[in-house]
Amino acid sequence: MALTRRQVLWLAAIGSAGVPAAAYAKTPAAHARPRTGSGTPLGTTSDPPTMTLEAWADTLIPGRKRYADDYAIAGAARGAGAVQAGAVDFMQFGPTGVSESLPAFVTALSAEATSYASSHRLMLDPTLPPFVALRYHDRKTLVASLTEQTSGDQQLLWFAFSGLVFLAYHTAGHLHTAHAVRSGHPGLKALGFPKPDADDLWRFPHFSYRRKLAHRHPKTTRTGQPA
Amino acid sequence: MSGAIETTDVLVVGSGPGGSIPAYRLAAAGAKVVVLERGPWLATEEFTHDLRIDTYTRIVDYITANGVSVVAGNCVGGSSVVYFAGALRTPSFVFNRRDTAGHRIWPKSMSRSALDPWYDLVEHTLPVAQQSWDDVPFAGGVWAAACHNAGHTCNPVPVAVDLAKCTNCNWMLNGCRFGAKRSMLLNYLPAARAHGADIRALHEVQTIGPATTSGYRYQVTYTNVDGSDYRVTTGGGVIEAKVVVLAAGAMATPAILQRSAPLLGKVPTAAGRYFSPNGDRVSMALLDEKKLHHVLGLQRKPGVAYEAFPIGKPIGSMTYDFLDHRRSAGSRYGLQQIYFPTITNILPESHAHGEWFGPAKKHLTDQWRSWLTVLAMVEDGNEGVFGTPPPTGAFTRIDAAAGLSSLSYRPTRATRKAWAESDASIRKIIEKDGVGKHLGWTATPNTLTAHPLSSCRIGDHAATSACTPDHQLRGHDGLFVTDGSSVPTSLCVNPSLTIAALAERASRHVVKAAAKAGIKVHTGKTPPPGRGSLGRAPG
Repeated sequence: MALTRRQVLWLAAIGSAGVPAAAYAKTPAAHARPRTGSGTPLGTTSDPPTMTLEAWADTLIPGRKRYADDYAIAGAARGAGAVQAGAVDFMQFGPTGVSESLPAFVTALSAEATSYASSHRLMLDPTLPPFVALRYHDRKTLVASLTEQTSGDQQLLWFAFSGLVFLAYHTAGHLHTAHAVRSGHPGLKALGFPKPDADDLWRFPHFSYRRKLAHRHPKTTRTGQPA
Repeated sequence: MSGAIETTDVLVVGSGPGGSIPAYRLAAAGAKVVVLERGPWLATEEFTHDLRIDTYTRIVDYITANGVSVVAGNCVGGSSVVYFAGALRTPSFVFNRRDTAGHRIWPKSMSRSALDPWYDLVEHTLPVAQQSWDDVPFAGGVWAAACHNAGHTCNPVPVAVDLAKCTNCNWMLNGCRFGAKRSMLLNYLPAARAHGADIRALHEVQTIGPATTSGYRYQVTYTNVDGSDYRVTTGGGVIEAKVVVLAAGAMATPAILQRSAPLLGKVPTAAGRYFSPNGDRVSMALLDEKKLHHVLGLQRKPGVAYEAFPIGKPIGSMTYDFLDHRRSAGSRYGLQQIYFPTITNILPESHAHGEWFGPAKKHLTDQWRSWLTVLAMVEDGNEGVFGTPPPTGAFTRIDAAAGLSSLSYRPTRATRKAWAESDASIRKIIEKDGVGKHLGWTATPNTLTAHPLSSCRIGDHAATSACTPDHQLRGHDGLFVTDGSSVPTSLCVNPSLTIAALAERASRHVVKAAAKAGIKVHTGKTPPPGRGSLGRAPG
């Protein structure tokens, strides 16, 4: 079967339901940049590709700015967003399997942002990466267009890179979950993800209302089955 | 690959319910049985409670096709290791379904009452537990109460779970760390092994062709899969057998057969056609905690009505009201409360036809503990068709847990209408008295299913069924298909119990075929397997 490059990129990234397309690599986690996510010091900025990835993540799951001149995060929502939840760290995490595809993704997104600006007669700040230079409303419109108004492999590619952001925020996929919950991972904290027991396993001794809440179907069989 | 060709009486491809059950029955009857499983072999203590991406992906495959995405198990025990353990019998009307040409789809000899003895056997063996209301977790309780409030009945769902051992942790996709979920690892597989079956993990079958050794019928080729990277092959081999049981799963069985067509001579045209995602359709609701308390009278703890989406077994309750033979085709479906791990959280939309990302979605996420997800299983039209198989494997494996299938799925208007009807039924239940808001869960170009079926189905008509009613591949004596691919249609309930019951029933035919092939087996009843733990893989 011949695979297009986009199919490979897409599948290497993530499936269309947000379920991981990840390998577990033999190599340890590749945290290439030590100053991303919640660890970014106040008053610093990231390199242009990282800013573009952060802006992509922030468009999908927005959060508050990390510092005054944080251009990557638009500040469209209160609380920590996908960037603080480690979206870029997750994309660069070895087992996620997409780190080598990120430059191509950034290039493609930048091209789309430039095209969007041109077609909407927007003047972009030349000192910023094109997607970062867009206002939140325009970023959001562009992401919606890329994920909903394209088709086939192209659509799935954009959707797949969206999935990475959701996995970072909703699963802390680059961290062991018990550790992530205990250390206050912003996404899991926002969800209200339950805390594990001391042995890193979850148990819920209190799990049921313990009362009859509906009548059973009158034709239910002796073993509780539908007829 | 060594020079000598290995032989066995019976070769079983796959170790999910469709493979484990015949493996046990044949081994217990006295046959020499080898089981080849593509995935790794994990013991109970190796299952994790972890969403780090390199953990659960060891045992779960996510296969993307054109129009449908499929979640399936990839380990010894197959999907029984990662499934949610709902153990339901298929309603009677399903067996009478007809295709668009008016032909009965299931074999004439098959009905619910005909299959009931096999259901009994499986329920006893796994075993299946009936949940009382005390066993139904909060989310199932909410769905039951909402159904009651809307004038519907609702039942606790029978589950293949040891309720005394279950901690209600809600990590079933990762395998059961507590040995409570009754996967094949705890019953049929250890029993098969006790009777001498040789179970081999990380062996991926590629082709089936004619044997070269006198007295043997089929030659099966396989490759050895690297346990640290499933894309890497470390070797391969050949085994010849008198009888072959193909149970590689509905996504893999057609690929093996299609690839084997030049070797076997001819493979039925229905192999690789009529795929069904079991009519799966997920909806979700954002519940109003105050209304849950004031309207439904629910209280989880003082001052809190629910906020318990992640707590408990994933499947708690289900209304059987729409599983009514008097309703028209397309209007019959099961509506079941179910929990999905947060890996699917991209899918819910912030309102009925709303946004799946941005500030509104984030606000929805902040209320995650008040979510409720409901699975509708409708009558679909078996619309899936597999294309050319890849050179090896069931799909093109791009990564350890991800693949691209040649399958194409285009739901018909009738299937889409059935989904719309089931959506409307859920909405009516959820939104009665403002208990909750029904939301879309469709932010994906593909249909999503964990219940792949029918790609090599049984039936009476050669044109529309690859296998005879006794599960034998048409034109190939001694070659049986016993996994989910043999199920003729979507079932309106979770299919695992039906797959297992069909595999039990088929095993009787396989044992007879084994005797006919000259294997020394006793064709009388074999006892139900005892229970135990499969433990670690040998070596």
